Amino acid sequence: MSAAVQANELTRRFGGFTAVDHVSFQVETGEIFGFLGPNGAGKTTTLKMLTGLLAPTSGSAVVAGLDIAREARALRSRIGYMSQRFSRYGDLTVGENLELFAGLYGVTGERLTRRRAWALRMAGLEGQEDRLTADLPLGWKQRLALGSAVLHEPKLLFLDEPTSGVDPMARRAFWDLIYELAAAGTTVLVSTHYMEEAEYCHRLLLMHRGRIIAQGPPGELRSLMTEPIYSLRVDHAPRAVESLQHAAGVREAALFGRDLHVVLDPGRDDPDAVVSLLAAAGHPVHGIERVEPSLEDVFVALVRREGGAVPA
Amino acid sequence: MRAPDLHLGRLLAVARKETLQLRRDPRSLAMAFMLPLGLLLFFGYAISWDLRRLPIAVRDEDGTAASRSFVAALEGSDFFQVAERLDSRAEVGRGLQDGTVRAVLLIPRGFSRDLRAGRRAPVQLLLDGSDANTATIMMNYADAIAARWSQQVVLRGQQPPGLVTAESRVWYNPTLASRQMIVPGLIAVIMSIIAAMLTALTIAREWERGTMEQLAATPVHRLEVVFGKLLPYLAIGFFDVFVSVVLGILLFGVPLRGNVLLLAGMTLLFLLGALGLGIFISAALKSQVLATQVALVVTYLPALLLSSFIFDLRAMPAALQAISQIVPARYYIAVTRGIFLKGVGVQVLWVQGLSMIIFAAVGIGAATAAFRKRISA
Repeated sequence: MSAAVQANELTRRFGGFTAVDHVSFQVETGEIFGFLGPNGAGKTTTLKMLTGLLAPTSGSAVVAGLDIAREARALRSRIGYMSQRFSRYGDLTVGENLELFAGLYGVTGERLTRRRAWALRMAGLEGQEDRLTADLPLGWKQRLALGSAVLHEPKLLFLDEPTSGVDPMARRAFWDLIYELAAAGTTVLVSTHYMEEAEYCHRLLLMHRGRIIAQGPPGELRSLMTEPIYSLRVDHAPRAVESLQHAAGVREAALFGRDLHVVLDPGRDDPDAVVSLLAAAGHPVHGIERVEPSLEDVFVALVRREGGAVPA
Repeated sequence: MRAPDLHLGRLLAVARKETLQLRRDPRSLAMAFMLPLGLLLFFGYAISWDLRRLPIAVRDEDGTAASRSFVAALEGSDFFQVAERLDSRAEVGRGLQDGTVRAVLLIPRGFSRDLRAGRRAPVQLLLDGSDANTATIMMNYADAIAARWSQQVVLRGQQPPGLVTAESRVWYNPTLASRQMIVPGLIAVIMSIIAAMLTALTIAREWERGTMEQLAATPVHRLEVVFGKLLPYLAIGFFDVFVSVVLGILLFGVPLRGNVLLLAGMTLLFLLGALGLGIFISAALKSQVLATQVALVVTYLPALLLSSFIFDLRAMPAALQAISQIVPARYYIAVTRGIFLKGVGVQVLWVQGLSMIIFAAVGIGAATAAFRKRISA
């Protein structure tokens, strides 16, 4: 079996703006493949091209064995897609939404009955069939959207920021569903700007300003970062950050929750110097430990290495 | 291009969804069912080009039984009402100027003498020409009344011997009651507006709510979407026309002389085009507010002004006549009036039918094209 997705130099320009810039990658069958990057990195545009919703300016891609430019319509019946905004009909009930998408995907008869029941069970919406979708909590709506996107049992599933705006508990529940689908053989392509969510993916594509800055499994990406990282506990991290901005030997100082993450220059692994520097600036350090780089650290470091500005 | 592979199932899924949404949307329901009814009743009663009891002033310088009888005939006609009797010629201009009367009748001294002598006995009618339409109608009324009155004088054995009078007879709408002409035309005007307004919301709403992208990501073909969305509104349009026709007959006494099936067939063509136009506007503009406004402007004014509903197209400058060729209401008005009042058949209305087939094809074609462009842009 060949790759589920093979993208080759995909490029999309909007006027003078290049949203996606010569992006090439491959997704294996059965993988959970993540697109990580801030808003405007080109994740959504890439997903739209892969689903045949948007024609590439140049480049090509083969998805589920079909060319995205020439066979867009056939492609749509083989994939499931959940767009960024919640996009089921609020003025239809849960059941009506499922039946609509079943109808659009040509799921009928006995199969409809079976799949409808399956989707309701999967989304935890049994007994809610007659509720108006608009009245559901966002987390439930997202599960309904997922359920209706896979009624036709697609081999590939595209999820564009499926959990944005959803609380952490609901986000976990949603990812359990993604794992279930992947375990059943569905290839999942998912975009996110939540770093911790990216950790759930088998493989990741880090995107920034339309370009791929790194790709690989999360663990491998973390090891890309060779510089030591220290986490410091101080009383007032935001002000402490400022006093480290241009300090010698400090490559990067950033807020991390209520703590401070400091990346030192590789040749000058001297955390004590930072501690005394902070103390002199009136920020006594209550604790310091060397930490494993998070994906966020990696992302920031890679963007810096590329010479770009770090997104807020 | 290959023939698109279309599925009735997908089309019906869209139609069912649209119906469900419509059922839960009181605003759309009101627009679909209440607005046409309201407009029909409102305009049906409000618009009338028939004039009744027009106030006139009379200056009777003859002051004889004959002159009084003529004035009585005028007043008895129900078209005129003597609001003022003037004592001198000097007062003639005043009433016209301040608008208290619409015309002044001047009967000169010697009116009855001339009559008795068998000579022409002229009376003068001074009309307020600032409303040319009304003035013309008054003139015709007055002529007709004068002619009838003269005839009666002759019949009563008084002189002069019978003169030849031109007798006009009006066909199709014998009493020239304007309501009979208004109601069939009104149905066409109202349906032009309602049809485009109804569908103007439908695609823009999907864009605004973000559901369009999701719809586009399914294998549904754009023709299936356009027709799926058309179907419920077509049913509503038919219902509206049906109710309007029934009300026209029962309430306004408009005769339905022609073939009902022909009317239904022509209505189908017209609605397809008008609904398609709304979908096109909606798909092109992507905003509900904008689409509604544009739909209103492009249907309402042309349907009212360039359809022969109010103004005779033949009296218009060539440029406007040319523009009116692309106003679909123009053809549908010809159909409703033709079938209602004249009872004409397809041998007369085939031109209109053909025009509306073109309109429907263009409307739906444009809707489908606009829809496609937006998905892949």
